[in-house]
Amino acid sequence: MSQTATMSGAPDAVTSSGPGPRGPKPKPFFTPKKIMIYTTLVFFSLYFLFPLYVMLVTSFKTMPEIRFGNIFAWPNQFNFDAWVRAWTSACTGLTCNGLSPGFWNSVKITIPSTIVSIFIAAVNGYALVNWRFKGSEIFFSILIFGSFIPYQVMLYPLVMITRELGIFGTLPGIIVIHTIFGMPILTLLFRNYFASLPQELFKAARVDGAGFWRIFFEIMLPMSLPIFVVALILQVTGIWNDFLFGVVFAGTQNLPMTVQLNNIVNSAQGTPEYNVNMAATVLTGLVPLIIYFVSGKLFVRGVAAGAVKG
Amino acid sequence: MADVATQPAQGTETSTRPGFIQRLFLHNITAKVAALPMIATVLVIFVGCTAWTIYYSFTSSRLLPRNDFVGFDQYVRLFGTNRWNISITNLLMYGSMSLVLTLTLGFLLAVLMDQKIRFESAFRTIMLYPFALSFIVTGLVWQWIMNPTLGLQGTMRNLGWTGFTFDWISNPRMVLFALLIAGLWQGVGFCMVLMLAGLRGVDEEIWKAAKVDGIPTWRTYISIVLPMMRGVLITSVVIIGSGIVRLYDLVVALTNGGPGISSEVPAKYVYDYMFGGGNIGQGLAASTMMLLSVMIIMIPWAYLEFGGKGRR
Amino acid sequence: MQPSVSIKDLSLNFGSVKVLENLNLDIAQGEFIVLLGPSGCGKSTLLNCIAGLLDVSDGQIFINGKNVTWEEPKDRGIGMVFQSYALYPQMSVEKNLSFGLRVAGMPRAEIEQRVKRAAEILQIEPLLQRKPANLSGGQRQRVAIGRALVRDVDVFLFDEPLSNLDAKLRSDLRVEIKRLHQRLKNTMIYVTHDQIEALTLADRIAIMKNGVIQQLADPHTIYNKPVNLYVAGFIGSPSMNFISGMLDGEIFTADDGTRIPVGAYEFGAARAGAAKAVLGVRPEHIFIGEAAEGMPFKADAEIEIVEPMGSETLAWTKVAGIPVTFRCSSDIPLAAGDKVVVGFDIARGSLFDVESENRL
Repeated sequence: MSQTATMSGAPDAVTSSGPGPRGPKPKPFFTPKKIMIYTTLVFFSLYFLFPLYVMLVTSFKTMPEIRFGNIFAWPNQFNFDAWVRAWTSACTGLTCNGLSPGFWNSVKITIPSTIVSIFIAAVNGYALVNWRFKGSEIFFSILIFGSFIPYQVMLYPLVMITRELGIFGTLPGIIVIHTIFGMPILTLLFRNYFASLPQELFKAARVDGAGFWRIFFEIMLPMSLPIFVVALILQVTGIWNDFLFGVVFAGTQNLPMTVQLNNIVNSAQGTPEYNVNMAATVLTGLVPLIIYFVSGKLFVRGVAAGAVKG
Repeated sequence: MADVATQPAQGTETSTRPGFIQRLFLHNITAKVAALPMIATVLVIFVGCTAWTIYYSFTSSRLLPRNDFVGFDQYVRLFGTNRWNISITNLLMYGSMSLVLTLTLGFLLAVLMDQKIRFESAFRTIMLYPFALSFIVTGLVWQWIMNPTLGLQGTMRNLGWTGFTFDWISNPRMVLFALLIAGLWQGVGFCMVLMLAGLRGVDEEIWKAAKVDGIPTWRTYISIVLPMMRGVLITSVVIIGSGIVRLYDLVVALTNGGPGISSEVPAKYVYDYMFGGGNIGQGLAASTMMLLSVMIIMIPWAYLEFGGKGRR
Repeated sequence: MQPSVSIKDLSLNFGSVKVLENLNLDIAQGEFIVLLGPSGCGKSTLLNCIAGLLDVSDGQIFINGKNVTWEEPKDRGIGMVFQSYALYPQMSVEKNLSFGLRVAGMPRAEIEQRVKRAAEILQIEPLLQRKPANLSGGQRQRVAIGRALVRDVDVFLFDEPLSNLDAKLRSDLRVEIKRLHQRLKNTMIYVTHDQIEALTLADRIAIMKNGVIQQLADPHTIYNKPVNLYVAGFIGSPSMNFISGMLDGEIFTADDGTRIPVGAYEFGAARAGAAKAVLGVRPEHIFIGEAAEGMPFKADAEIEIVEPMGSETLAWTKVAGIPVTFRCSSDIPLAAGDKVVVGFDIARGSLFDVESENRL
């Protein structure tokens, strides 16, 4: 449907086409710029994917295959022996029960630590935003500042304190540790989130007579699902991947998977079984990787949120 | 927001206002109780433990803490220890290379990702997944890849390139680069994501203005966009920097400090001496030095971020 | 004479959505043309196409006789001013003005000369070393205009440049832009949703709706002879009064039965038969009291609401059963409940066909 504009006292529009090009500019698919961009990205992708490939491929090979000396090679057959041994019979120091005790230890550590640390941080954030008291901001600032202190600085006195409290080398002990060190960033996360919620909601609830806990559980929590998911991702990944606290505070009964893994690989006697090592490595990385692939954009948001300090 | 709890009315005389102690304990009491874990953490852990460590680093503690003051003895001994000095040099070298490379690669990849490419999600997923892994996992897999006989070097030689060398992990002079490759693999994706967020925050009309002005894309990135990204850059530096000082897990997994002590780092020194070597004093002195190095980065940054606000 | 900018059969689709459809527009040399319309009507899109920031789906664009449909923005001979000023934040005003020229490799002496000239015209000389963050909104906008000025081009494009400013600043800068046009005499294409800016600045206005130019004419014509219901309702504040009814020959019968003779109206074409129509009259063309006595149509009415505006008074009443506003001098005392005689001359009004919404 052609439309001509109505005019008065102006040069007439010529509706016939003029000379030269018309329509969209032709864009060749392969410009030098595009080629360079995609080549670089693919090159780096290979750098990132290569270890994953090697991990998986090695874990399915037999030792003779590995001794052949080609880490690029596809396995002759998909042999699950290494996996079974990694899970049930690899030697983590003195015992040879494989990774499965470590896995369950990690689960036992991660779940309660995540719940407790997130709950406390949420309450902290809520109190800081809606129920500020004298000095609350100062405490918060020191909390954040303190999150930059290397853990090693506080390590020994912490050992002493947990020993005094009788929780050194126990499950509750490590849960407390993870709660303490997760507090700064999680509190920051929740504080920023609650600060972005409309104040009117809170004020209306107070006018209605609701108190601290009631407002928290009935109003704030239900509105905070997205940020809880982000905090969850952050904590589960961080706690599962932790090594230092696990090795110091968990106690020999509760050593997490990361510690067991390191023992399997680095303190093995005799000839190293590389396929078992790699299978064990994949198993240890599996949980956070699954979370990563499932959560997608939320993971990125959690990462960025952790980065936006101050 | 201001607390809405009981406030004395404007015209009340001072004699009926609750006293300081009363206000401290009764005013807004639920919030204060709820925040106790945070307060306790701050006071006891962050402040208290740090102070304890600093204080006892000036004692002669060995297997157990001893409350005697020996001045800077521990520190003198520390800096006379070869292993400690190598740890520091290693950390400085690794740190500076890691910082520069992570930022550069992160920025470069972010710029490429910003070019309205297809498969952006896929590329991002691939680049960021290493960040989800534990340092132990990272260290162990790269240890395997860098295995001289059966890893990359061995493979390439078996395939015909007999001159190919990649034995950095067992070469005292190159082991830091081995560490670097593994560290970058884990960290660059994260930096890229941060930078990309920063790039995307640039107003579209600035791009339009630059296009009308005839400024080529690369020049726009360097002369206009990069200076606008100061905030993201500083954040990245602080985060990468604080991560570098803490470097521990990766070293334990990849090289365990070896070969010999050529890849020792301060965090490992602290742990080994405090829990392995039965010399708490040295461990405390070493960790105090770690604290000092972090403070040197943090205090100027904190001043820039928060102190400068008064001037505006 | 060759038009400065010529747009032929321009179409732009985003996926299956037709944003601009077969648009044709010729802009004369030195003309100040305003693209006016509400959000989403396609005016900014059209401007971006002219600038080369958006690729067209079909059609051609000519600037000064040269086909620029496939040219980069920098090769089109245009300068552009944006709503958010888009000044390079980390550069001083002087660097902002000269950056594009430096990148193009112009000799330093010429750059200095151009910057100096632009700064002098826009009165921003004392600001040259400041950074954008230290400038006020009005100053920033002048620097943005300066950036286009130094390019020494024929055509200036403005994308809602005053929308980010407060009312007082807006009217000040509006006058400055008009002065600038009188001094430089460049072709200027200006996009806005503000009809005051359009009426005061334009040589011609193109009112757009849904990617189609409704009317292209000088402000006087658009105001007094709107080509359809949409234009009539869009321009004018307070808006035109509309009365619906039936038109038969020279009599218009409103829905409530009131008969209004429309013989004096300038019909566009001869009409036959009766048809539904809408009669439109602007508030300032309705008179009361003595002035109403001489009108071809008058009626008794009761004032319902009075809005004193200071410079004049706005009053609401009912004519032919429809709420109607009219303007009168603030010297005349009016109150709600007053009974007055209102009248208007249909020659100043408009008649629209109900189905096509076009002017009759």
